[in-house]
Amino acid sequence: MSAAHSSAEIKKHIRTYWIIFFALLVGTVITVWLNYLHFDSVALTVGIALFVASIKAFLVAGFFMHLMSEKKAIYMMLAVTIFFFAAMMYLFVWSRGQLPRGGEYIPSKYVPHPAPIGAY
Amino acid sequence: MEIPYNHEARPDTGLYNAKVGVWLFLASEVMLFGALFSAYILLRVGADPGTWPHGLLNIPIGTFNTAVLITSSVTVVLGWAALQMGNFGAYRKYQAVTILCALGFLGIKSFEYKDKFGHYEVWLKEPVTVKHGDKEVKTDRLLGHIDYNGAHPYFWKTETLAAKKVESFKFAPDPYHYTMSMKEMAHAKKVAAGHKHEEIEIKSSQVKRLSAFVPAHSTFFAIYFTLTALHGLHVLGGALVIAYIWGPGAKLWKTNPVQYTNRVEISGLFWHFVDLVWIFLFPVIYLL
Repeated sequence: MSAAHSSAEIKKHIRTYWIIFFALLVGTVITVWLNYLHFDSVALTVGIALFVASIKAFLVAGFFMHLMSEKKAIYMMLAVTIFFFAAMMYLFVWSRGQLPRGGEYIPSKYVPHPAPIGAY
Repeated sequence: MEIPYNHEARPDTGLYNAKVGVWLFLASEVMLFGALFSAYILLRVGADPGTWPHGLLNIPIGTFNTAVLITSSVTVVLGWAALQMGNFGAYRKYQAVTILCALGFLGIKSFEYKDKFGHYEVWLKEPVTVKHGDKEVKTDRLLGHIDYNGAHPYFWKTETLAAKKVESFKFAPDPYHYTMSMKEMAHAKKVAAGHKHEEIEIKSSQVKRLSAFVPAHSTFFAIYFTLTALHGLHVLGGALVIAYIWGPGAKLWKTNPVQYTNRVEISGLFWHFVDLVWIFLFPVIYLL
């Protein structure tokens, strides 16, 4: 890092790092706690978990990896990465759309599917 | 010949070489983990309803490990900030915590793996009746632990029974099964709490399939071990680099403090990335 960072400035950063540390811990607790609430909607469960994870990821990348104040060349590199990452994800989703649905799963003769409370 | 910009920033980009290098490397890592994540997503959404395992992983331990990794991430960045202010002693202390956290994470992960290798699913030819709390249930698939001559073996599979000439073994069934919803499982665990696990005797001739919780068990465990083992290797690699810079590599601080601080920054960037991967891995694999 450059010498342009004064001691006072760094001390301010250290405060931010601690705040983010606690925010990350709180985020983790929220994710696990929501999971124990057992929402009936799968979409809601997945949505909330990924939303909290994204916020945590933003905090780590933005502040710990100082992407909030990075040089232009790094941003350009990451823009290309994001493009290819999105393209790859799209390819997988698209390929799934081409596959026939349903599998070869044969449910157990003896156990109702999904299993009722207290089974096994 | 001296390589230019190996620790001084290049005037036009404002970056030194290693910083460009590590970001390019992290970009390739994004694609590596992204490909495996998408494999997970396809397996997950492609699974028939009720067949994707839930609750086979230890959530409290996973949560604790997340906190361990988050702690190591903040100590990395605090150590680097200490170096920028010229406080080598504080940096040493912060990074010592980082290294301890890395070792702690790997230790806890190893414990989890070991636990899985001794946990079994058995598919039976004919159904048996097992007792759980206040209920009797007829089933041909059981989760639980094997008790063979007083020992709890690891890595057994169907062929092991013939190879070891096992005629029968004792099996302590779990109070739940992964085809249950999280709600049902929580209830089953509550009902079973306080009751002694009743062991049943299973004849080897009755076993259709036996598998420990290893990659061969199911697509779930295959992708679980692939993702977590790859992540674990990254933790190990990152810890080795950080420990080298912290220990034998620290001589550089005396001769070239700027380059030394840069090294700490670069290894820190990698470490935060490893943390970042875990931030997604944990909810996706343990909770969803």
